[in-house]
Amino acid sequence: MSGEPIPAVKLTGITKRFGDVVAVDDIGLEIADGEFFALLGPSGCGKTTTLRMIAGLEFPTEGSLKIFGNEAGTLPANKRPVNTVFQDYALFPHMTVEANVAFGLKMQRVPKNEIASRVQEAIGLVRLEGMGQRRSQQLSGGQRQRVALARALVNRPKVLLLDEPLGALDLKLRQEMQSELKALQREVGITFVFVTHDQEEALTMADRIGVMNQGELLQVGSPAEIYEHPVNRFVANFIGQTNLLDASVVSNDKVCLANGEHIPGHCDLPVGTRVAVCLRPERAEMYPPAKVPDGQRSVTGRLESVTYLGNALVYTVVLDWARLEVRRENQPGGYRPHVGEEVAVSWTDKAISVVRA
Amino acid sequence: MSSTVQPRGTTKIALAAHSWLVYLFFFAPILVLIVFSFSDDNNVGRWGGFTLEWYQDFVENTQLQNAVWVSIRVAVLSTVISVVLGTLAALALERFKFRGRKVFDALLYLPIIIPDVTMAVMMLLFFSEFFDLLETWFGLDWQKGLSSITISHIAFNISFVSVVVRARLAGMSEVLEEAALDLYASRWKTFRYVTFPQILPGVAAGALLALTLSLDDVVITQFSSGPGATTLPVFVFGLIRRGVTPLINATSVLMLAASVILVALSLAFQQFSGRPSLRTARQAISAKPTTNTQSKEGIPQ
Repeated sequence: MSGEPIPAVKLTGITKRFGDVVAVDDIGLEIADGEFFALLGPSGCGKTTTLRMIAGLEFPTEGSLKIFGNEAGTLPANKRPVNTVFQDYALFPHMTVEANVAFGLKMQRVPKNEIASRVQEAIGLVRLEGMGQRRSQQLSGGQRQRVALARALVNRPKVLLLDEPLGALDLKLRQEMQSELKALQREVGITFVFVTHDQEEALTMADRIGVMNQGELLQVGSPAEIYEHPVNRFVANFIGQTNLLDASVVSNDKVCLANGEHIPGHCDLPVGTRVAVCLRPERAEMYPPAKVPDGQRSVTGRLESVTYLGNALVYTVVLDWARLEVRRENQPGGYRPHVGEEVAVSWTDKAISVVRA
Repeated sequence: MSSTVQPRGTTKIALAAHSWLVYLFFFAPILVLIVFSFSDDNNVGRWGGFTLEWYQDFVENTQLQNAVWVSIRVAVLSTVISVVLGTLAALALERFKFRGRKVFDALLYLPIIIPDVTMAVMMLLFFSEFFDLLETWFGLDWQKGLSSITISHIAFNISFVSVVVRARLAGMSEVLEEAALDLYASRWKTFRYVTFPQILPGVAAGALLALTLSLDDVVITQFSSGPGATTLPVFVFGLIRRGVTPLINATSVLMLAASVILVALSLAFQQFSGRPSLRTARQAISAKPTTNTQSKEGIPQ
């Protein structure tokens, strides 16, 4: 067992109940040291509760929670080597930026001159030089976000927890902060665990993503793994846009679509199990019905609408048993069918994945 | 174009007249009171020329001064104690879940709801029973006086303080306390550095309210005061029964002056604490997020 690196955070059988409500249901998860990990899920899925348990603001009902190998299940928040960036930043409104950033160090009785230099360093890290004397009411949303980051990072936590850190920012600023956060994480080398309901944010920033729904951890993997091979219908639907075609298992490499057609598709589930074939809009192709290239599977339907996105076009094709979206790059001279025309939507065998229904 | 609609013609005159009437309604009695405190006539309502006799009287009247001192001591003591207890009660109700919380919550409002007279009779009964018990069990002879007045004032002030502080606490996000905890603060330090500074305006308002209520109270005090000590309002009440002289006016003017000073002080306190000054606010608005310190002296706007 030696030589195995100790995970920064290790959850084993973690369950949290509030009365009769199971907020988090038997979660097992390892987050490696230095990793940028995203907990992704819709609101109320238990991701924030999980984060709060790591922070020590909530205690698990069952299970073991280890931070760098030390059991921390019921350790109060002020005794844990982790810090949190709260959703609404929770800056202390009666203190200046500097006092906010210095708070954690002051509470740990760090010597005064060390506090001063570390606070300046942290303020520099988040590029807020010269704003030390401001109060939080005098800062913009993005600046508050940076103060919250500095206030947490100045303590040099072993794990930094971020609860929807970019949720309150507008789109442009959010995109800026995404890359900035990523760069910051690389610079300080601290394990970041962040919670978000925004799949794009998770895909952009995280090294690995854990997808949660209704208190359960459904899938853990790199952004590519989760996007390419979602484990079930929920994950497939939640991460990115997708077309899900009802099907059932015929053999371990063939499924039967709802229209009765058998197509190749790898799947380890028992014969007869209801599954869904996941076809991403950007992987679907579209041709006039008679011109589908050899080697591609296709279904034929009527073009219902075209949505112009500028850089791309999204075609909605209606079959009598399904509705498909096809996304095509906006290239000159491409196939441009009109609404109402018959079109064939096609795909190569590699483009699809079979997921549990 | 101005953003507000300015009244014109008769509307303007009517509105102005209305405001003056309201001011008159508020301040005419006070003016009359002040003017007649300088009247050289034993009858309160008759002008008998200017004199400072009544103020002289006030200075010489030891009974009256005694009452003033009792009032002040009761007010300060009951305010301090009820602010501490009321704030603790507010914290308990707003931040913790415990058995009997709802009952406690409802009971805490009682002194605000029940009539003063009921409260006063309750106090009277309580003190007479309590002092009897003290006497029979411990042989202590305790009379109603300063301490019983103070206790009865604390009894109703706790409710008022806790209501005011709770309102402030309810408006303060619990996340701030979690943030402090997350930043290694103990529960006590969280209170000391985060919760308390946040609820301070509420605590100050509660204290001011308690002070005023204590200084004002007649009914409850009357029932819980003894021969040894009485407060100013109760004493003034007694004066009226014995025949009124402008001494009452003089006393009232002095009380009025004291309360005006108190209010002015509290306003000044609110101005100086909590809110960032106008100057720093203006700086924040004029400096764009990306500009740094050097550019502050730069381009005039």
